[in-house]
Amino acid sequence: MTAIYVLWLRQIKRYIRSRSRIVASLGQPLLFLLAFGFGFGPIFQKAGQGNYIQFLAPGVISMTVLFTSIFSGIELIWDRQFGFLKETLVAPVPRILIMIGRTLGGATVSLIQGMIVVVICLGAGFRPGSLTKLPTAFLFLVLIAIMFTALGTAIASVLSDFQGFQLIMNFLVMPIFFLSGALFPLNGLPRALKILTIIDPLSYGVDGLRSALTGVAHFGILTDLGVLSVLCVATLGIGSYLFSRIQL
Amino acid sequence: MIRVEHLVKTYGDIKAVQDISFDVAQGEIFAFLGPNGAGKTTTIKMLTTLLKPTSGRVEIDGLDPATHQNEVRKRFGIVFQDPSVDDELTAWENMDLHGALYGVPRKIRAERTEQLLKLFELWERRNDPLKQFSGGMKRRLEIARGLLYTPKIIFLDEPTLGLDPQTRNQLWTHVKKLNDEEKVTVFLTTHYMEEAERVAQRIAIIDHGRIVAQGSANELKEQTGADSLEQAFLALTGSSIRDEGAGSVDQMRNMAKMFRGRRPR
Repeated sequence: MTAIYVLWLRQIKRYIRSRSRIVASLGQPLLFLLAFGFGFGPIFQKAGQGNYIQFLAPGVISMTVLFTSIFSGIELIWDRQFGFLKETLVAPVPRILIMIGRTLGGATVSLIQGMIVVVICLGAGFRPGSLTKLPTAFLFLVLIAIMFTALGTAIASVLSDFQGFQLIMNFLVMPIFFLSGALFPLNGLPRALKILTIIDPLSYGVDGLRSALTGVAHFGILTDLGVLSVLCVATLGIGSYLFSRIQL
Repeated sequence: MIRVEHLVKTYGDIKAVQDISFDVAQGEIFAFLGPNGAGKTTTIKMLTTLLKPTSGRVEIDGLDPATHQNEVRKRFGIVFQDPSVDDELTAWENMDLHGALYGVPRKIRAERTEQLLKLFELWERRNDPLKQFSGGMKRRLEIARGLLYTPKIIFLDEPTLGLDPQTRNQLWTHVKKLNDEEKVTVFLTTHYMEEAERVAQRIAIIDHGRIVAQGSANELKEQTGADSLEQAFLALTGSSIRDEGAGSVDQMRNMAKMFRGRRPR
C-alpha cells in the first residue's frame, strides 16, 4: 500500500510542479468549447436539438480526461528514457502495485484537469440538470480516467521510445475522441459509423456523463456503467500484465 | 550468494553475453572489469531481474531471478550506471520515495536520509529539485540512495563514473564498512583498476561477452606476468578501443529539453 501511495504522490507532485503543462493542456478544451460551442450552436438550435453548449460540455470534459489520461499513461516512456523506471522495476514491490500506483496517480491528475474544465464549461454557460446526479457524473469521470490511463500504460509498456507516439495519437486517440459522440449526437448515423461508435469505449463514457449531467442518454446509464466497468477491469488487467513483462 | 552458469544473452545476431560462469560467495566483494560494451551491464541486468537470459542459469541466494522476481528483488540493492532518479522531485523526495519502496520505516528513513545526504554533502540542497543539480551531484545522490537500505547483495554498476576523488573515497569506505560489519556481498563493475584492486577480493575480466580470466588481483598479475592490474587488463583484453552502441537516449534528452522549453545543460 505504501508503494501505491508514494507512486501516486509522485505523479501528483510532478503535475503540480509543471504549471506550464497545466495551462497548455487547457487550451484545447477551451478552443473546442468556444469554436464548436458558439460556432455550431445556432445550427444545432435550428436543427431542433436545443442548446449546443449543454450538449457539448460533457463531451469536452470527457475529451480532457481522455487526453490527459492517455498522456499520463504514456509518461511511462519518459520514465523509461530518463531512467526512473529502472528504479521502480527493481524495487522489492510486486509490479502490479507499481502499475496501480502509477495509474491511480495519472487518473487523479486527469480528474483534476477534468474538474478545471468543468469550471470553464460553467463559465461558458453550461448548467447541469440535477445536482443530485453530480456524484454519478464524477463516477463516470473516474472510470474514464482509470480506463485510459491503464490503456496508456499498456501501450507505453510495449513501446521503447516516442517513435510510435504519433501513430497512436492519429490512429487511436483522435478516432476515440471524434467517434465518441462528444461532438455530435449518435442518432441516425450511417451504419459503418454507427458500428465504430459502438466499439469506441469513450462513447459510453460520454453518454454516461451526459446523461448524469443533462439527462439525455443514448445507450442508457446502466449500459454505460456496465460497459465501462468491464473495460476498466480489462485495461487494468492487460496493463498490469504488459507492465510486469517489461525488460530493459 | 550469486551463482551463474553458462549464461547467454543474444539480441538477434548480437551476442552480448556468451556463456559466462562464475560464483560469488556470501560476504565477498567481486569486481567485473571489462572494456566498454563487454557485457557487464547486460549481465547485471540479468542478475537483477531486469532482463531475461537467452539461456543458462542464474541463482541469487538460491533463487532464479527469472522466475522468483519478487523474492530476488528483496535481496539486492543497486546503483545503476545510468541516471535513475526523478529530476522533478527534490533530493529528499527521491530518497524518501526509495526508502518507502524498499519498506524502510518512516523514522529510520528520515534518519538514514539525513546521514547519507550529509555524508555526500547534499544536505544543504535537499529541498531543491534535481533538475537544478549538476551531473556530479545527481551521481552522488544516486549513490546515497543506493546505500539507504542495506540488502544482502549490493550491485554497483560503474558507481564512480564521473565522481570526484573525495566522493569515490567516501563510497568505497562506506562499501567496505558495509561488507565488514554487515557481511553484505558486493558485485561491482568499474573502469578504474586501482579501485578494483583496492576493494575487490576477486576480479573477473570480461571481454566480448566472455570471461577471459578470474582470480584475485595478484593472481591476474601473475597469470599475465604484468606489474600492475592495468597491464594485466590490457594484456588480457588487447589495446583496441571499443564503441558502445549509441542508444536513442541522447536524442530523447534533447527532444525532452525542447518540449519542456529548457536550455540544454
